[in-house]
Amino acid sequence: MSAVVTDHEHDHEHHDHKPSGIKRWFYTTNHKDIGTMYLVFALIMFFIGGAMAMVIRAELFQPGMQFVEPNFFNQMTTVHGLIMVFGAVMPAFTGLANWMIPMMIGAPDMALPRMNNWSFWILPFAFLILLISLFMPGGGPSFGWTFYAPLSTTYSGDSTALFVFSVHIMGISSIMGAINVIVTIFNLRAPGMTWMKMPLFVWTWLITAFLLIMVMPVLAGAVTMVLTDKYFGTSFFDAAGGGDPVLFQHIFWFFGHPEVYIMILPAFGIVSSIVPTFARKPLFGYASMVYATASIAILSFLVWAHHMFTTGMPVAGALFFMYCTMLIAVPTGVKVFNWVATMWRGAMTFEVPMMFALAFIVLFTIGGFSGLMLAITPADFQYHDTYFVVAHFHYVLVTGAVFSIIAAAYYWLPKWTGNMYDEKLGQWHFWCSLISVNLLFFPMHFVGLAGMPRRIPDYALQFADFNAFISIGGFLFGASQLIFVWVLVKCARGGEKATAQVWEGAEGLEWEVPSPAPYHTFDTPPVIK
Amino acid sequence: MNKTYEKYYVPAQSPWPIVGAVALFLIAFGAGNYVNEVTKQQPGFGGYMLAAGFVVLIFMLFGWFKNVIDESMNGLYSAQMDRSFRQGMSWFILSEVMFFMAFFGALFYGRVIALDWLSGGSNNAMTFAILWPDFEAMWPLLKTPGGIETQAMPATGLPLINTVILVVSSITLHFAHTGLEQNKRGQLKLMLLLTLLLGATFLSLQVYEYIHAYRDLGLTLASGFYGNTFFLLTGFHGMHVTLGAIILLFIFLRVLKGHFTPEKHFAFQAGAWYWHFVDVVWLCLYVFVYVL
Repeated sequence: MSAVVTDHEHDHEHHDHKPSGIKRWFYTTNHKDIGTMYLVFALIMFFIGGAMAMVIRAELFQPGMQFVEPNFFNQMTTVHGLIMVFGAVMPAFTGLANWMIPMMIGAPDMALPRMNNWSFWILPFAFLILLISLFMPGGGPSFGWTFYAPLSTTYSGDSTALFVFSVHIMGISSIMGAINVIVTIFNLRAPGMTWMKMPLFVWTWLITAFLLIMVMPVLAGAVTMVLTDKYFGTSFFDAAGGGDPVLFQHIFWFFGHPEVYIMILPAFGIVSSIVPTFARKPLFGYASMVYATASIAILSFLVWAHHMFTTGMPVAGALFFMYCTMLIAVPTGVKVFNWVATMWRGAMTFEVPMMFALAFIVLFTIGGFSGLMLAITPADFQYHDTYFVVAHFHYVLVTGAVFSIIAAAYYWLPKWTGNMYDEKLGQWHFWCSLISVNLLFFPMHFVGLAGMPRRIPDYALQFADFNAFISIGGFLFGASQLIFVWVLVKCARGGEKATAQVWEGAEGLEWEVPSPAPYHTFDTPPVIK
Repeated sequence: MNKTYEKYYVPAQSPWPIVGAVALFLIAFGAGNYVNEVTKQQPGFGGYMLAAGFVVLIFMLFGWFKNVIDESMNGLYSAQMDRSFRQGMSWFILSEVMFFMAFFGALFYGRVIALDWLSGGSNNAMTFAILWPDFEAMWPLLKTPGGIETQAMPATGLPLINTVILVVSSITLHFAHTGLEQNKRGQLKLMLLLTLLLGATFLSLQVYEYIHAYRDLGLTLASGFYGNTFFLLTGFHGMHVTLGAIILLFIFLRVLKGHFTPEKHFAFQAGAWYWHFVDVVWLCLYVFVYVL
């Protein structure tokens, strides 16, 4: 035991002493190391999931069957979705939380540092299991990332059990990560960092973590019932045994809808950090931003059945879920209004983080509006399960969540590495991404409205031109992300030295520590004025 | 700087998290294969991998908790650290509540909506007439639409005795806690031991009840929606009681070694919270699964 104590003392004498070698990463308890691992992992998963999207787009380039079997196509759509949701977007946000939250609130580290490392290291293993399942006889999961029963029970392959258990341990990781974030924010704020002084990124993550703790266990319950239905003869989702396949959809979407806010609330926090910096004005309507975030979180528990209008439900239910869903547009509108009002008469400059944040505001709003269209029950009967839905959620998840993550990476890279990124390359990355992402997803609205169903490897001839166009957009968007990797590698290896404040208009505790941020920040809490 | 501020202890490095991650990998990958092997009755490595995973997990828990206990006994933890642990445990219990909510939600949905619709409720008259015209909605569901029959588990007798046992165990645990707070170590030891014995009795009676259900009532995991919800709810509850009892057992061993003071006893508190939580789950379960 005494050895541990000496190690600890030793650590504080040599302030910036980092353990070396592979052990540093395996055994670390440092929030910055863990944040870096989360971010690198998310980037790798982004490319693996992206490669699957390229397979999908190659197959859909022309009508007819080109490259892959229908079953393999279904595996690609399924695993692409699972990887992007659980392997890329969520870990990227958790990585940002790990890096930034302790620095933003003046904490020495995350509240439970060892558990923090456990949360991370579960993830590579969970996704290893999911990827191995693709090589099982009969192939990997092919029932869509939503794994509706009976597709995942009666009609699924042997890999279902691996899918179930990998989701279980992903859930454990998310819950532990969320507990860590909440406890850090509740308990480790520096004296004077009152609730309504917290940066909005901290606020949005606090509420996100609450959502994670509420809904990840429900997902665990759903996969457990799928497991017992498939392997142990239960009939939760089988009418012959007194259950109901619709029950699956209720349980899944009770998790699934808050889940989409889990993937967008931290994005709101990021944009609310970036816009004031580059507009050189404080955020307009800070308090209303906080209340809007909380309102969105509460409403997210009351809207799940809007994914199920065509499944069938009593009219009163359909009306309730329609109106609650449309109500979410109000707090979301507050947010968009506040971002625009922040820029009003600001002294704006347009560095790469700001460009991505601006693109976020415009394109996420498009995704929000198509969501509003989908919320209208009678109209949803036309849109449901078409490419219109695919267009909608890719606007909110790619040009929303992913763009915000990229913006955050550019915004905080100088703080992480101590070097400025290559602005010119970054601008190239932005413009290539912006143009290609719209080539990719915008035409999906039209083919969807015209009736092209999603999750089908072939389509009617009338959709051929649009699909060729979409695929080209997809390949270009995929290729554009290679520029991002180039920028990241270049920035990590060197470049113009960054100052502590980095950006002229940046305010907050994280900009008061040197760049790169020292290995241990705030051993004793800073004074907040 | 703030004078009252105590240093927040950040452990230097720890091998246990990654050992824990490897353990979960072995468990998940092993279980994923084992489930297929068992249901198809094929030989395979899944079971061994699953068992190995649990061994590694237990090894990890011992190592990790040993470090934490040593650090705590050496006074490295401030009051702030204590709050972190307490808050962490509270949020963990909330996540457990939500896990049970998924199964209770399924139970309510099945009873109120699915069975009604299967017997022609709402606008399902044709489904009923064509698919299963003989089906009669009732709870407990003693005959499924597909024709599987079973008998119901009565609320009186063993389940009632078990309810009393678990409620009493929560009370004895409360007195163990007051004993600890008033530094009455004798009361603490006695009451904690009683709690453990009551917990063990509860679990043994549950096992007996399961045997009774399978052997005499024909009530199995596969006997329709009633059996599904009965066994998954009581099963997951039983697993949580087992975990709670293991936690309390280690707390008891630590009490015997003289750990915990009236002021500082987070581990005891956490174990007690967990036990009370499991007790509350049982009360809901008794009302909705057995009585109503």
